[in-house]
Amino acid sequence: MTVTRAEYCVIACAEAWRGNGEVLASPMGLIPAVGARLARRTFSPDLLMTDGEALLVGVDGTVEGWLPYRRHLALVTGGRRHVMMGASQIDRYGNQNISCIGDWTRPKRQLLGVRGAPVNTLNNPTSYWVPRHSPRVFVEKVDMVCGVGYDHADGAPHHRIPRVVSDLGVFDFATPDHSMRLASVHPGVTVAQVREATGFDLVVPDEVPYTREPTERELRLIREVIDPQNARSREVGA
Amino acid sequence: MTDKTMTADEAVSRLRSGMTLGIGGWGSRRKPMALVRALLRSEITDLTIVAYGGPDVGMLAAAGRIRKLVAAFVTLDSIPLEPHYRAAREAGAFELMEIDEAMFMWGLHAAANRLPFLPVRAGLGSDVMRVNPGLRTVTSPYDDGETFVAVPALRLDAALVHVNRADRQGNGQYLGPDPYFDDLFCEAADAAYLSCERVVDTAELTKEAAPQSLLIARHTVTGVVEAPNGAHFTSCAPDYARDEAAQREYATTPWPEFAERYLASPEGTGS
Repeated sequence: MTVTRAEYCVIACAEAWRGNGEVLASPMGLIPAVGARLARRTFSPDLLMTDGEALLVGVDGTVEGWLPYRRHLALVTGGRRHVMMGASQIDRYGNQNISCIGDWTRPKRQLLGVRGAPVNTLNNPTSYWVPRHSPRVFVEKVDMVCGVGYDHADGAPHHRIPRVVSDLGVFDFATPDHSMRLASVHPGVTVAQVREATGFDLVVPDEVPYTREPTERELRLIREVIDPQNARSREVGA
Repeated sequence: MTDKTMTADEAVSRLRSGMTLGIGGWGSRRKPMALVRALLRSEITDLTIVAYGGPDVGMLAAAGRIRKLVAAFVTLDSIPLEPHYRAAREAGAFELMEIDEAMFMWGLHAAANRLPFLPVRAGLGSDVMRVNPGLRTVTSPYDDGETFVAVPALRLDAALVHVNRADRQGNGQYLGPDPYFDDLFCEAADAAYLSCERVVDTAELTKEAAPQSLLIARHTVTGVVEAPNGAHFTSCAPDYARDEAAQREYATTPWPEFAERYLASPEGTGS
């Protein structure tokens, strides 16, 4: 069976929650959601998950708790959460923008707004998911810092950006100055391709591994149980 | 006990241009659209709107009623970007105080508790501080010495919220999964106007639902408006889901044309 790019992305997202213990997995976007459910069904069984609204639910949908927005915000600041947010722009230090493109006072394109990115990044681990890796997303400098990057965090006690996953690879900040590093490329992607699609100088180690293969059981779970409609292929094509 | 029932137009007649209005709900969920529609039918303008923004913000922006907006986002949920809000922002149509969702909540808490501010671990290091140069920080007086953002109280002249049931005195009940922050909006306001799907006797409120569903207390409410379908086209679970077709129509129709249809129909069904 050929593993699709979308499935490598699912695996890369799922790995973000490995070893997290009993925390809330907050995936934003379809592939992170499939990844979080996969992690919960396999190597991270203690994860908490929501129904997308105000309920905490088990893998079979059993309600196990109540998490309306006000309690969700307390959970964020309590730190027992790992969110994977989207990013309209992200820079080498992990500053993320979902507010607007251009000058904030009169934006060229108004986007969502800062949402919870400022509180997320100062309180619980925050990873990012970018379905279309391009120099317009991976920019030298974001137009509005919503999610706080390492160069802006000023050593904030709970600030951490575990990983960035795109349709091309996985990135972390495991460098002396916390600038973004290519941690793995998805099979079928070259390092040169990643460099070309990134608008800043990415740290690239001499040896770049491939994103790991899914196990047979994981592939079956993704294809038959979690996403049988193959919605993942609409977020990331072949 | 005081019977506070009134019409949406009577509620709006107590509002004035230049006021700061809080609007309950979240995104395109349980928005007090019957009250917003009455506001749009009035001449009231120059408003400061405080909201977890949805079509309430988009409509008031499209109609040119907003002088300043306090928000963390504006969205229609199933349509992520609110087209009328976007157009207004891109035209530089009003002032924006863009703050984080948690900062927003603590600003309401501060107002409800008559505090000038509350500290929150959010905003620092982000451009929220750059675009809101008026925001101050505060240092912990204890040994940790950490610095926080001092979120100013978001005190409101009036709040507009919509719930499932209410009695004539202003006790409001939500039956959906999330209270959002509607009780806080009422507590943070000098006057609060509560619309509901159905006005019922007080005793009926707890006949089939637990007392914990009594979200809003009457001492925080000025007026009660019975407005069946009053959140339409936003959702009002479990009474009805979002009307996606009506929302799409709103998002794709030029505002003057939509407004003519939408504001004229008594139930706001839009078409």
